[in-house]
Order: sequence, then C-alpha cells, then structure tokens
Amino acid sequence: MIRNDDNWLLRVRNLTKIYGAYNEQTVARTGPEFNSNICPDNGSIVACADINFDLYPGEVLGIVGESGSGKSTIVKLLYFDLEKTNGEAFLKPYENDTLNILDESNQKKKFIRNNLMGMVYQNPRDGLNFNFSSGGNIGEKLIMSGNMHVGNIRNRATELLSKTEVPVQRLDDLPAFFSGGMQQRVQISKAIANNPPLLFLDEVTTGLDVSVQAKVLDLIREMQQELGIAMIVVSHDLSVIRMLTDRTMVMKNGRIVESGLTDQILQDPQHEYAQLLVSSLL
Amino acid sequence: MIDNNKYINKYNFAFIDEATKKEIRRKLLKAVAIPGYQVPYSSPEMPISRGWGTGGLHVTLAIIGKDDVFKIIDQGSDASVNACNLRDFVHTMTNVRTTFDTAEATLIQTRHRITEEALLPHQIYIYQVPQPEPLRSVERYENKTRQMHAEGDYAKMFVSLYESIVLHGAVMHGADYPVMVNDRYIMAPSPIPKWDVPNLNHSKALHLFGAGREKRLYAVPPFTKVAPLEFIDVKFDIENFSGKKCYKTSSNKAFLDELIYDDGSKNYVINDSNYLDKLMENETPQQHTNPYINKIAL
Repeated sequence: MIRNDDNWLLRVRNLTKIYGAYNEQTVARTGPEFNSNICPDNGSIVACADINFDLYPGEVLGIVGESGSGKSTIVKLLYFDLEKTNGEAFLKPYENDTLNILDESNQKKKFIRNNLMGMVYQNPRDGLNFNFSSGGNIGEKLIMSGNMHVGNIRNRATELLSKTEVPVQRLDDLPAFFSGGMQQRVQISKAIANNPPLLFLDEVTTGLDVSVQAKVLDLIREMQQELGIAMIVVSHDLSVIRMLTDRTMVMKNGRIVESGLTDQILQDPQHEYAQLLVSSLL
Repeated sequence: MIDNNKYINKYNFAFIDEATKKEIRRKLLKAVAIPGYQVPYSSPEMPISRGWGTGGLHVTLAIIGKDDVFKIIDQGSDASVNACNLRDFVHTMTNVRTTFDTAEATLIQTRHRITEEALLPHQIYIYQVPQPEPLRSVERYENKTRQMHAEGDYAKMFVSLYESIVLHGAVMHGADYPVMVNDRYIMAPSPIPKWDVPNLNHSKALHLFGAGREKRLYAVPPFTKVAPLEFIDVKFDIENFSGKKCYKTSSNKAFLDELIYDDGSKNYVINDSNYLDKLMENETPQQHTNPYINKIAL
C-alpha cells in the first residue's frame, strides 16, 4: 500500500478516531482479532485506528467493508467533517506538504475543502442545501473560492450540469423537486465545481435503483477519466468497487485487514474476512 | 408634556442605574473597537416591552448627558407614536432638551431611517434593531452564525443574494440590506431602506445599534468603510424615484413615501418630516453626499 516514492497526492499516517475515553490499551484490545471495535474496559468505540495509506494523483482508491467498519469515518476525517483523535494527513497541492492538514485552523480547513477537495455524500441532503436552487448550490462552492460574478457562476453551473447530464433548464429549480439520481448528479457537479485534485465518494449509489446506479457510476468513471481526479470511493458494494477503483482497502472493526490492487483482492483474497466478502458477491 | 419634577427625583438620571449604564458603555466601547461585530449585553428590564425599541433606548439612556439635545424619529417622522412616547420617556427621565431639528440634535435615535440631512461629526446616531443577525435568513442556529462571522465564511449570504437575482432579477432586500463593515463583518444595518445604506459609508457621525430583544449591540465608528454586498456584474442600487415627486416640494431627491387616497389615486411625499419642513420653509438643509442619487435619472 505504501510505495517509497514522492509522487503521492494524499498521505495518511496513523489516522485514528475514538469515541470516548482511551489509552494505549483501547486500540490494542480492539480490532479484527477481537472481532470488536468496542473497548472491553470502558466501552469506548474505536471507529478507525492506525490507518496508513498513500493516494497518488489520478488514482481511484476503494474502501470496502461491512457497516460500522469505519470506512466512512476515514473519509469524513479527511474532509474535516469529524475531528480526528490522532494521526496525520498531508496534501501535496496544499501550500506546504509537510503540514498536517488535520491540525490546521478552521479557515485553512475550509480553504482546503473548497479548493482542493470535493465530497459526494450518500444522502444528497448532507451535501446540498435544499433551500437553494441547484445553480445556487454549485455557486456556493464557486463563491467560496472568490468567484463573485453572477454571469460566470451561471455559465460554470450550466457547464457542470450538462457535463453531469442534469437538464440545464433545471438550473434554477430547488433540488428538493429532483429525483434521487438527479440530486446525486447535482451533488457531483457541486463537488467538482472548483476542479479539485481529490474527490471523496461516500456510498454514492446506495439508495438509488439499479438502472440509475449504473448511470451515476458511468458518469463518475467518465469524469474520472476526463478530469483525472484522484478519488476515494467508500462502498459496501463490491461491484461499485470493481467498476471504479484501481486499488482497494478492506476494512473490518476499524482496521485495514487487507489492501492491494482491486483485481488481486477480488480474484485472490488473503484475509479471511476479505474471502468472506468476495464469496458473498453474487 | 408630563410634569418632570414628579418623577425626576424618584429615579436615577436616565432611568437605568449607574452600574448597568457602565456595563452598556463598556459593551459599546467594545462594539466601536470592532466595527460591525455584535456584542452581547445584558438588555435590562425597561418600562416598555422588548422589541419596541428597548435596544435603542438602552444605548440612548446609557450615553445621554445633561447637555445633550435629543431627537427621535420613527420611519422619518418626529411625531409618530413610537417616537412621541420614547421622547416623552427620555425627557421625563433626564430633563434634557428635545428637538425636531436634525442639525441641532446631538443624539438622534431612529427607527428604520437615516435623516436626509447630513450628519455632523459631534452627532451620535442610535438605531433600534429588530434582528441584528444578517445571516439569520440563511442559518437559523446562533452558534453556527457566530462561527461563520468568526471565520469570515459568508458564501451562504452571497448565495442567497444570487438566488434573489436569479429568481427576481434583482436583490429583493428592500430594507435591511446586508453590508460589509470595514471589510470584515457582514452587518444588518437595521431595516433602513436601501436609499439610506450608502450614507453609512465613511459617515462623520458615530452609529450605534441596539437590539434589546436579541441582546446585541454593534457600531459603525466615524469614517468606517461600509459597503453593501454586491456582485461584480450585479451592483447594489438604491430606490429609483424618477418620474415621481413630492407633491409638497416637487423634489424627488429624498426618500419618498407613497400616499394612497380613498379614490385610488396616489401621491408622493418626502418621508423625513423635518427635512420636508425645512424645504417648505425655503431653507436649504445640507443633504448626505450619496453617490447613488446622481447615478439615477431623477
């Protein structure tokens, strides 16, 4: 998982998130070998611990695992939705790639979020403001990065909506009146509005029906090839992982139990949980 | 007029006790030091209900001195109910001289207007504010709006202006148009019409804002930059009264009120009653230098 070259885009070291009180024993006494992420002493929950990986420019990394395994936690920590307990993350395009972005001030974090990252949530209500039109939602990202020209905002929003195959005449409609698939497309438009080098996708297709799922996945794959964005794709659905990702990390009880090339993991899983996961794939 | 001597010795000068006045003054100093920043304050009990001008009254009573000359207007009028009652109250409790004349006053308390006559350096302007939080329309949680102010995160405010421009072709904040103070804080200028907003910019007078119900004070010190929010291609503009004129003075270079008669016919009249009186008496009161007035064809 960790190559020894210097081309990485995002470098994550020892990322840990614990809910509740903790000491050295908390992490040591939880994990896949104990089949639990709840500390037996005090009931603290180790959402994820000792997560290490490098992400390279233009690469798509999958995180797969059962619910509660900590896959969304990683993405939310990196997108600053949650406060880390421990760990470091470095982002190459940021002003200094030796600065731990998880320790930066709120303003700096906002800057990173708006200019260097994008996030697509499972629930469009988390990523979109339903009181604003779809154009306004995309505009919010553009305004945050200093674009104060209504005409330019509208042009860019139109361009993004046509790229994500949302009917352009719906630009000024509220996303509440959109179908689930369209809401997800607007969310994707918003996430890539500032051409970020890094995009997080958190269970994007869960909750959509199969034909819409396929279209959204197609769109994401096309966009990835066109724009060359590096992505972290979180999913419990192995077919999503197979379709989108180059490399995969398998998670259980807050730990990475196996990682490697996606094809390799799907063809020849080594860890017993990974084997179980692959064998349950229809 | 009420007999002052009956009350003046029974209450402290200016009704509020000295310790509370000191507290309000300290908060006002803080507000002046950080232009546009909302300072929480105690909002003590007053003999009028919160939401009826207590914020303005707190500020007035905390800073009024025996030599002050007090003027109070309500929507431009010296003689409307809110103005009359508060004037009586302040006069009863302080025995200071009250006036209708803007140029003569040293303290001017106002509800939702700035006088047409230019403010002077020694004057203090006090606003009654119903909603001090300009971000309330886009964010309902107080802790979030405070964080947004602290981090200068105003994208949502601009998105709401964008939405208004897209839906209606213009920003539809007729009153209480959000302004950026000193390039740092977005501030609600109280529900003054757009016409008055440019008069806050680099004003010679001190502007103090009090919201009694919401328990916030804020200020615009003299000669402070106050810029209405706008986009590069969609600019802020004031009300356009071209084609309309005051039926008494034939002027339309002041904020006009629309009068609708029983038969459906309309007339316009200057809203600021003292300014109107002065024009009627052929005086030439000095108006604010409002650059927006010259831009529109009147």
